[in-house]
Amino acid sequence: MNEGKPIQNAPPREILEKIFRTAYKIRVFETEGIKLYRQGLIRGYFHPYLGQEGIAAGVCAALKDGDFIASTHRGHGHCIAWGASVRKMVAELLQKETGYCKGYGGSMHIADISTGNLGANGIVGAGTPLGVGAALASQVRGSDAVTVTFSTDGASNNGTFLESLNLAAIWNLNFILVIENNGYAVSTRIDESTRDTDLYKRGLAIGVESHQVDGNDPVEVHRVTMQAVKTCRAGKGPVLIEAKTYRHMGHHVNDPGKYMPEDELAHYKARDPVDRARAALKEMAGFSDAEIGAIEAEAAAEFADAVEFSVKSPEVTAESFAAFAQGY
Amino acid sequence: MAERELMYREALREAIDEEMARDPTVFIIGEGIAERGGSYKVTEGLLAKYGPGRVRDTPIAEAGMIGVGVGAAIAGARPIVEILYVDFAMLGMDMIVNQAAKFRLMTGGEGRVPFVMRTQGGTGGGVAAQHSQSLEALFYHIPGLRVIMPSTPADAKGLLKYALRQPDPVMFLEHKHLYMTKGMVPDGEHIVEFGKGDIKRAGTDVTVIAWSNMVPRTLEAAEELSLQGISVEVIDPRTLVPLDRAMILASVSRTRRCVIVQEANRRGGVASDICSIILEEAFWELDAPIEIVAGLDIPVPFNLALEKASVPQKDDVIAAVRRTLHESPVARAAG
Ligand SMILES: Cc1ncc(C[n+]2csc(CCOP(=O)(O)OP(=O)(O)O)c2C)c(N)n1
Ligand SMILES: [Mg+2]
Repeated sequence: MNEGKPIQNAPPREILEKIFRTAYKIRVFETEGIKLYRQGLIRGYFHPYLGQEGIAAGVCAALKDGDFIASTHRGHGHCIAWGASVRKMVAELLQKETGYCKGYGGSMHIADISTGNLGANGIVGAGTPLGVGAALASQVRGSDAVTVTFSTDGASNNGTFLESLNLAAIWNLNFILVIENNGYAVSTRIDESTRDTDLYKRGLAIGVESHQVDGNDPVEVHRVTMQAVKTCRAGKGPVLIEAKTYRHMGHHVNDPGKYMPEDELAHYKARDPVDRARAALKEMAGFSDAEIGAIEAEAAAEFADAVEFSVKSPEVTAESFAAFAQGY
Repeated sequence: MAERELMYREALREAIDEEMARDPTVFIIGEGIAERGGSYKVTEGLLAKYGPGRVRDTPIAEAGMIGVGVGAAIAGARPIVEILYVDFAMLGMDMIVNQAAKFRLMTGGEGRVPFVMRTQGGTGGGVAAQHSQSLEALFYHIPGLRVIMPSTPADAKGLLKYALRQPDPVMFLEHKHLYMTKGMVPDGEHIVEFGKGDIKRAGTDVTVIAWSNMVPRTLEAAEELSLQGISVEVIDPRTLVPLDRAMILASVSRTRRCVIVQEANRRGGVASDICSIILEEAFWELDAPIEIVAGLDIPVPFNLALEKASVPQKDDVIAAVRRTLHESPVARAAG
């Protein structure tokens, strides 16, 4: 962890701006999305990414077109950081024909294969083999594309973790496994699920370059990911990055999260990744309050527009369903 | 068209070889498939020809390798994952059932999964309960999967080539007893589309539907019955999903009698589903109850005699065909 340590080489201005813009956009998406949920406009599972925004924002700013990502059940942030259309995301949550999955997928299944987003996943741990598969496909095709799987502390106790990371290792794949260690799997604390809670050590055990970072420090996450990407594109992948973080609320919108100790939550809220991205933009890139305010207003407007678009969008029709059901 | 005699395993190898030559995104991974050429010698020679990038040995990690195959397919490649025994595919069921089969629908039709899992099942010389299963019904039940069960070298080749060109996840289920069997395979580009059954023997008295290793067994039964003056039509659907309903219904409507033979145990099997389709669509065409000849509802025992007793044999098929030819009680009463 590099908490408090001054950043030696500040990332370029546009990267700092991108990181903050992304982190803030996710913050708006989740905060406003929860309101829509409470109004009854969104149903089903909704796992907010609040408190973890810095990881998606920092990691994705280190990737480029042609790369791949795979995500988790808590996937909105990864999608946004990957540059997804907020309109199509909100429309999907509202079960509309205009959504990413035409209303067939929902929060846990938003994917966009045309941009290399393999999608969120309703099965904890499933994104790891899928991501390794995308990395394998890239290697077979002779491409230097990198695949990042965003994973979780919970998923690292699933068998696919070892199986797929090991495959990535023996084949030197351009694969980065980002473990977002938020300390909980629903209500189960990490120290109840594993004896050594430093999950990056799991990678070391099978010969994979592994790092631990403060996941609430988006600039540091970005720096470590840049290095990992470089390692991969040099043919020396995979790399594992454990990003320590914390949820700002319960597991999903209907979980009050009573089991999360107040002091623990306060500790992490004082290290809010969105605040830190904003501070970095000011201090390292000299953005003014007005410039930052404009970015924030833009994000809010984009979300409002997406809601309007989605509410007005057509419902899924029986005809399209009948056509769809044909191929099965 | 010219043809040659090939073994089932050679026909499979030709299909993989030709498709790898045609499409650089086709690759194959599995346990011992590279240098060793696979436990059934299907992939022999492919490593030398295509190199270690496209012919890869894996550790013993079925969930991982099936998942990696599914991911590669989603990302646009054409992986073949060879699983030694269909029994071991159970370790990868999440990847098959929850990932591969669902992706297309969950993405509103945008995402496709051209993933091929080759594996083999069935009884074969005392390999006991964890290496003898016929598990097609598990895959058949899951919407989104294609379930392919070739019985001849020609079908094995043609169907595997087609599998590597179509867009959906394929469960390509070979049979351990068939690898060394021989048959004529057409020269040149030989492709068999999914959803088209094949009449393996034409007949007029009774339709027998069978797939995989039950096809040769049924053909032996049909031969013996012909000597007794009974003409059996043997239909091999070849692909269980999609199923050639039209061929089945047309044949049953002609012969008015039907037997369905499956090696898998009876309960919840594909035979029961085919039976339900015939009852729904062609009930009034039937002159006799449909007979199902299936494995016993028990795990396959090790003891060879018991193994044999637990799956359909030629005489079981003959007896079932004969039962369908008995005068019906209704006809007798009316007469
Ligand atoms: C294979 C599987 N088991 C259980 C669940 C139910 N489930 C959904 S999220 C979750 C906890 C996940 O915790 P973690 O993996 O740490 O991710 P986080 O929610 O903390 O982001 C569980 C148990 C599931 N979706 N998939
Ligand atoms: Mg967690």
